[in-house]
Amino acid sequence: MAAALAAQALAKRYGRVQALQGVDLEVGEGELVGLLGPNGAGKSTLVKIACGLVRPTSGKAWVSGARAGSSTARASMGYLAELFRFPGWMSADELLQLHQRLAGSRGGKEERTRLLELVALADARDRRVEGMSKGMQQRLGIAQALVGSPKILLLDEPTSALDPVGRRTVRELLEELQSRGVSVLLNSHLLSEVELVCDRVVILLGGKVVEEGTTRELAHPRGVEIETDQGVQVFPGAKRDDTPRLVAEQVAAGREVYGVRVLSSTLEEVYLEAVQGETS
Amino acid sequence: MITIIRYAIGEAVRRKVFLVVIVLTAIFLGLEALANHYIFNDLNNIGVPEDVHVDTRTFAATFVIGMSMFATLFLGIVLAVFLTLGAVSGDAERGLLQPLVVRPIGRRRMLFARFLAAAGVCSVYVFVVYIVSVVITGTEGDWWPQDIVTPGLLLAGAVVVMTALSLLGSVFLGATANGIAIFMLFIAGLVAGLLGSIAHALGSHTISHWANVAAYALPFEALYQDALKQIAAGTTGFTSFLLRLGPFGGAYNSGWSVRLWAAGYLVVVGILAMTAFARRDL
Repeated sequence: MAAALAAQALAKRYGRVQALQGVDLEVGEGELVGLLGPNGAGKSTLVKIACGLVRPTSGKAWVSGARAGSSTARASMGYLAELFRFPGWMSADELLQLHQRLAGSRGGKEERTRLLELVALADARDRRVEGMSKGMQQRLGIAQALVGSPKILLLDEPTSALDPVGRRTVRELLEELQSRGVSVLLNSHLLSEVELVCDRVVILLGGKVVEEGTTRELAHPRGVEIETDQGVQVFPGAKRDDTPRLVAEQVAAGREVYGVRVLSSTLEEVYLEAVQGETS
Repeated sequence: MITIIRYAIGEAVRRKVFLVVIVLTAIFLGLEALANHYIFNDLNNIGVPEDVHVDTRTFAATFVIGMSMFATLFLGIVLAVFLTLGAVSGDAERGLLQPLVVRPIGRRRMLFARFLAAAGVCSVYVFVVYIVSVVITGTEGDWWPQDIVTPGLLLAGAVVVMTALSLLGSVFLGATANGIAIFMLFIAGLVAGLLGSIAHALGSHTISHWANVAAYALPFEALYQDALKQIAAGTTGFTSFLLRLGPFGGAYNSGWSVRLWAAGYLVVVGILAMTAFARRDL
């Protein structure tokens, strides 16, 4: 079965700037992949190539088995751009209706209602876009991307304008989509969000993939922390397998053990290590 | 495609420029009605020497309609340019285009639909304003062109050509740069046309030649001249000569060669715009 999104040796050059340098990437069916990297790493370019907005200099990309940018590929995906704007004079319902027509969706009013409820905009159905907050527009953007029940969703910074409640709504939405088998490529700077919802993480730096794997695979062991009646003790070199031995030693030494924690690096630490402090 | 046409028309009529053009049109038509009223009221008082055979009514009516055609063309082009100057680069910069382009409709069809919408709105506008101004002059001056419809269609065609050029420009240039470029082309075309009229009257072949080249390079000007010529088609003798001397009757490009050229030009501009848009990174 074809991957929801596959990129092979993808390269893109904008004049003198090499935005992508031979990126290989795969997003499986129903997989939620987080795309991380500093500004200028090539994340948006990668997403835009997948959408057919940008033509690669070399390499190939496929969406649901069809060449990226082809009509078939575009029909099977939903996209929310990082910088987007909808016509201010349109209501939320009219906007979704427009995208239903363009996507060839036959979901009708039922689909629009469901999508607006999904992004907590049911009450704003008839409200014009110009009267919405940025967060509401971003949630409407996600609803727009979901029109026509796409097989894969490409989201470029979908939570950048959202407050914590809005972020949680989106996170729950992503989890629900995942349970329905929808694949998602999530381009985000919010590491905590990515860590919470993504199956796998890809870190880009200077147009190349520098790290790739599940958050567990990427995390490095950082020791074991044991809380005893004499305080918290950290064993920096220790691994998970060392835990029973360390606890036994503490007990043998007459200490009372209250808690044990295997320490591993957070996604933030993995990310910072991968990008070596680069910000743009 | 119909969805995009409806969307583009919906957006066009909601833009402030549309309201501005409507207000300006109302003012223009009001002033034109006033001017026609006074011109034809005072026409009887004009003393023309007996040995000068000028049909003053025909001269005045043709001149006034020619002038109103220029104003109509200008307003039509303002509308066309402002509706299309940011259709690609401008909308892409603002993030309006990307959500639409990623849908399966395809870029070529999308651009063609936007062209149809803008050209439709502008050509209907130009044709209606032209007909109203002819009716004003006809009612006040009791003078009607031999062919009322054709000049209006030619004028609408001129605006359609500028709409296509503006869309082509929008693929390469940002909204402001494109707007400036298109208005400069418009002015260049008009100046070339005016110089051509003078050159024809003076018998300067070099200027005439280059004015012709300019009219074909920017066929909106050739279509405008064709329209002017259709208005003055019934004039003869010294009246016709006088009209040819002025800026609103001195047309030297007309006929099916101009119209077919403009149609071919439109197709080439359309193909160029669609090809460039299909290849552009957004």
